[in-house]
Amino acid sequence: MPLTTAYQGEIPYLQILDPDGNLDESLAKGTLSDADVKHLYEHMILNREYDDSAFRLQRSGRLGTFPQCKGHEAAALGAARAMRKGHDYLVPYYRENPASFYHGLPMHYILMFWGGDERGNAIPRNISMSPLTIAIGTQGLHGVGHAWAFKYRKEDRVVVAFFGDGATSTGDIHEAMNWGSVLKAPIVFSCINNAWAISVPQDKQTGAETFAQKAIAYGMPGIRVDGNDIFAVYKAHRDAIENARKGNGPTLVESVTYRIADHTTADDARRYRPAGELEAAQKLDPMIRTRKYLETRKLWNDELEKKTWEKAKATVADVIAQADKVSPPDSDDIFNHTFEELPPDLIRQRDLRHTHSIGLNPEEIGLKPQPEEAAH
Amino acid sequence: MTEEMERDENVFLMGEEVAQYNGAYKVSEGMLAKFGPRRVFDTPISEAAFSGLGVGAATMGLRPIIEFMSWSFTLVCLDQIVNNAANVRYMSGGQYKVPIVFRGGNGIAHQLGATHSHRVETIYARIPGLIVVSPSTAYDAKGLLKSSIRCNDPVIFLESEKMLNETSEVPDDPEFLLPLGVANVEREGSEVTVVSYGRTMQRVTRAAVKSLVDEGVDVELIDLRTLRPLDTATLVQSIQKTGRCVIVDEDYGYCGMGQAIMASVYKRVFDYLDAPIAHVHSDEIPVPFNHYLEEAMMPSEERVIAAVKDVCYR
Ligand SMILES: Cc1ncc(C[n+]2csc(CCOP(=O)(O)OP(=O)(O)O)c2C)c(N)n1
Ligand SMILES: [Mg+2]
Repeated sequence: MPLTTAYQGEIPYLQILDPDGNLDESLAKGTLSDADVKHLYEHMILNREYDDSAFRLQRSGRLGTFPQCKGHEAAALGAARAMRKGHDYLVPYYRENPASFYHGLPMHYILMFWGGDERGNAIPRNISMSPLTIAIGTQGLHGVGHAWAFKYRKEDRVVVAFFGDGATSTGDIHEAMNWGSVLKAPIVFSCINNAWAISVPQDKQTGAETFAQKAIAYGMPGIRVDGNDIFAVYKAHRDAIENARKGNGPTLVESVTYRIADHTTADDARRYRPAGELEAAQKLDPMIRTRKYLETRKLWNDELEKKTWEKAKATVADVIAQADKVSPPDSDDIFNHTFEELPPDLIRQRDLRHTHSIGLNPEEIGLKPQPEEAAH
Repeated sequence: MTEEMERDENVFLMGEEVAQYNGAYKVSEGMLAKFGPRRVFDTPISEAAFSGLGVGAATMGLRPIIEFMSWSFTLVCLDQIVNNAANVRYMSGGQYKVPIVFRGGNGIAHQLGATHSHRVETIYARIPGLIVVSPSTAYDAKGLLKSSIRCNDPVIFLESEKMLNETSEVPDDPEFLLPLGVANVEREGSEVTVVSYGRTMQRVTRAAVKSLVDEGVDVELIDLRTLRPLDTATLVQSIQKTGRCVIVDEDYGYCGMGQAIMASVYKRVFDYLDAPIAHVHSDEIPVPFNHYLEEAMMPSEERVIAAVKDVCYR
């Protein structure tokens, strides 16, 4: 008997705005308006300024570490713009500041967080997003859980869960895509392929040519987009979100971009990046082509560029001042957020600032007696 | 590692960033250049995959050294270590051995936040089949690591990112080995036994003991070196002599390493004790990201000194 084909899949690639700022009008139809693009470009400038300032703060010892988002602006903002603000749910890893800020996260929160104040990860209730994830890949499954909750409660909300190319090697991401697809959960898996996971390049992370093709095995649509093209990122995410909202389940979107900065401020990419790669990637910088596009549409000029940067600098300076104004966390805070109701032994540890086992009585140092002795 | 790899062709190193990058903390500096990509190689971010591959390779006679960027990340591959590495010898009726070393940074290592600061000692020390080692000096690290690589059972080797720059006299002898399962009496004393290990030993215990000795407290200081098998003979002998004991670690109190050590010796030392055994440990909260709060939740020299004076009724 001859061999037949059991399954054949295909992964489309989408680019609408090319590196020179030329737009494919037919593909762009019904996507971003002039005002949208202008507004998103202003956001890009704001984020670049934020990255630069945060980098300087880290170098002067005021932040522990900081992962810059440079290069990811279109990939994050295109997805963020495709979501319904305050309704759809953003699940970031740690390199989506542009999306988080777009959705209204106060900008000083991220500075607080990387400065060692975890109240910066306490997302205000009116912002529809989860805290940053540090353990790689775990957020994919949480995203499916959030989506399942929306479906369960018959809410028409959709989750957009971000993860890096490196994160696709974690079991969690595969289990999330598999199960998300089985459940037809309203979620979009947004893979930010920035070519590197610290010093590990794509071909050490996967034997596949694209990350998007992994969708085929899980029985959901997959698409690869030019992640430096705000139109393509927006369109792919919008279509995926609306498809999910209709009850048709998840899509995997791979946005191909580049990590222009080091992994974090603790890294030096010059040690492993092949010569010329950064320079080539910088030519594809999403800001260059977005600006070119706006200029050809007569929506932008040097004057606006200058003003917007000035405004961004002032905004970020304000944000830093705001972060500075926050009084440092108290050691009570770290106890108070450990349980809903603090058990007696932890109340004692909190009040003593040292452990009960060294044998002091709280009364001896003038603290009120505890209602109950610790069980151990 | 280099010495053992030169000695035994079956030894190889894998982990995230160990090759090209020379190790996330530069532990494997120069090893890729020396041994090439067959024996020193980078893995994807798949802790379960490389732990599991290691177990499979070890049962086929290789001797993998697996570096984790942090022991905290092993929570995603617990199954491979606890259910597989530790059980294979037993469940194969002794057919297979798993000569593998899992190593990496354990515990609180300055502003790594709650998810990267777990102290995993009791997660692994309670599992039959695993050997758990925790060095506190460069000298110990060399002797114990070499023994671990030559050991025919899976070894959990707990380092600390904060100790990698630690220097001490280290023998050049390629046959320099320290036995696993044997504690080190670092200072002999008559009045009180202080027990500690790993980073805590280096960060606070030694300094606290020095202050106490300067004040005239005759402390016997024991560095455990290995947490499983625990050298109870040395501990019991010492506590029977001094009649007092303080255990210092950065683990949590409840179900923590200190409590396990205490329970292991209590019956045999009870009649000799002049005071209940004390335990100085971290506060029982997730580890704060903030520098000051992180410091505040860990044992400090003051806490150790207070605890020792307390059991000595000074
Ligand atoms: C489970 C786990 N393993 C390893 C790490 C260490 N680590 C932090 S970031 C990172 C690389 C992630 O790369 P990628 O997913 O591509 O995201 P990118 O940083 O490139 O945006 C690694 C290995 C971690 N945080 N969690
Ligand atoms: Mg990446």
